[in-house]
Amino acid sequence: MYFARRILFAIPLLLVISALAFFLLRIAPGSPFDSERKPASPEIERNIKAKYHFDEPVWKQYGRYLGDLLHGDFGVSLKYRNHTVNDIIAQALPVSMTLGGLAFAFAMGVGLPLGFFTAARRGDWPDYAGSFFAVLAVCIPSFVVAPALILICAIKLKWLPVALWETPWHMILPAIALGSFFVGQVARILREGMLSATQSEFVTAARAKGMGETPLLLKHAFRIAVLPVVSSAGPMLADLLTGSFVVENIFQIPGVGIFFINSMENYDYTMTVGLALLYAILIIGLNLVVDFAYTLLDPRIKYE
Amino acid sequence: MSEQKQQHVSPNQQAWRRFKKNRPAVLGAWFLALLLLAIAVWPLLLKISGAAFAQTHDPDQLSDAQFAPPSAQHWFGTDLHGRDVFSRVLFGAQISLLVGVVGAGVSLVIGVLWGAVAGYVGGRTDSFLMRIVDVLYSLPSIIFVIVLLTTFGDLLKQSHYVENSPAVAGRLRVMLLFVGLGAVSWLTMARIVRGQVLSLRSRAFVEASRTLGVGTPRILFRHIIPNIFGVAITYVALTMPAIILYESFLSYLGLGVQPPMASWGTLIAEGVGQINPIRIYWWLIVFPGGVLVTTLLALNFLGDGLRDAWDVKGK
Repeated sequence: MYFARRILFAIPLLLVISALAFFLLRIAPGSPFDSERKPASPEIERNIKAKYHFDEPVWKQYGRYLGDLLHGDFGVSLKYRNHTVNDIIAQALPVSMTLGGLAFAFAMGVGLPLGFFTAARRGDWPDYAGSFFAVLAVCIPSFVVAPALILICAIKLKWLPVALWETPWHMILPAIALGSFFVGQVARILREGMLSATQSEFVTAARAKGMGETPLLLKHAFRIAVLPVVSSAGPMLADLLTGSFVVENIFQIPGVGIFFINSMENYDYTMTVGLALLYAILIIGLNLVVDFAYTLLDPRIKYE
Repeated sequence: MSEQKQQHVSPNQQAWRRFKKNRPAVLGAWFLALLLLAIAVWPLLLKISGAAFAQTHDPDQLSDAQFAPPSAQHWFGTDLHGRDVFSRVLFGAQISLLVGVVGAGVSLVIGVLWGAVAGYVGGRTDSFLMRIVDVLYSLPSIIFVIVLLTTFGDLLKQSHYVENSPAVAGRLRVMLLFVGLGAVSWLTMARIVRGQVLSLRSRAFVEASRTLGVGTPRILFRHIIPNIFGVAITYVALTMPAIILYESFLSYLGLGVQPPMASWGTLIAEGVGQINPIRIYWWLIVFPGGVLVTTLLALNFLGDGLRDAWDVKGK
């Protein structure tokens, strides 16, 4: 029931987002048709504008856009005029999703053990070293990690390819560059959660009954401490999606982020609005999934 | 906040004592102070010193010494146009730090007002305001900033105010960036402040003023907001690195600060643009990147230290 309402609520939200993006872009001077060379004659220009319905009032264009959207049609790119936005999404989204998925797996795969380890050795030098590494990971932006990785792993040592997106080998450096920030974030959240969990009464009780420290952490503290990690996964996934703008740019990966940034520069209205909507849908959807997973993990939580 | 009354030591003094014991936080504070000093003194030094020194270290002075590695003359080396990287990093720091301060200030004002009203008024207003925060939390706000910047940036370029003065246009664009980033960074602040206000609202001194007939705005500004000062400062310190990171992210993509102005993000972008397999100009990335990372580290340590000192519970 709660989730059904959330899905219903997403519809007006998406409407607002599409309207905001649509009208904001039209306020800006410049149009997709004057960024290239001038059309041969005013007639041709008029015909082009008529073809894309730019001769109509903006609100009418928006109505038309919404109508098409209802049929799942994001319209035709104004820059790559032989391609629909749907084409480009179909082509670029799997790439971005793979990159995001790998980075997320990297963040969890390294961040969770790191958080657990630092909490288990709290107050000791492994904790200080590990915690410092986690803060460092949060403070090094992807556009510093990425060139450092390229310079060291690709150019100096020649272990991995420099750029592009072809074999699994090409995916390693971008996934690390995108995921490293979240490694730090996950580790810090888990460590904090573990420390407060180990102070709670049921852990003290289990310890008093003679439970060993490691099973105590694994069976009791971790299961509580992982919950804040899950609840922060929603905003984290949003950051992961937008973070891919930079990583795709550096490694020349043909993902959605590249198209989004280019569309802004080309006044490619349909592309910008379409991709902004795509991001909004993805993020709202992922947040729903995360919140649903949360109710499965923590039976105490019941959404009304 | 703890309410133990130790004799003659106010909660703020206690917090200050705890803060001073936190070594990383104090170190961070010192680093930031030194950086600010360097930023302030360096332009003066260029003015006072001889013409030759000023010439080689002018951040905008092109020269034939392209891609010179770090040396006694150019501490951080030179870039594609032979400009001194050290000087460019220090001048870039002005914008990067300013965006952090102004952006965090904007987020402070919005966040504190939003959270204080939601927490104090309560009821339907509260659930409505906080529902908006929840929704905004789950949206890609940076995309909104990008669209806003592009639209108004282009409007600025065309408007006749700035037609004949690109410098003014650049400055206005930076202002836009400041406000835009602050406007999407107040959500955590609002949540934390609301939680604090909820607990303050039922305290005796607030109830006392209410029974005396003091109006809501006056209670908010006289009693509630001064009492959340510590929390607010803590979250300002933690918001600043996030905003600096966002700014460098946007500037890296070419959407933020425009040349000839520079910030750490644009400097790193220039360095990355020079990556090639034949010659490695590591200093173009290592120095701007290193200063950026150290600053973010210092701000994070400072923020964590303040949070521990004031014993603020996170989300």
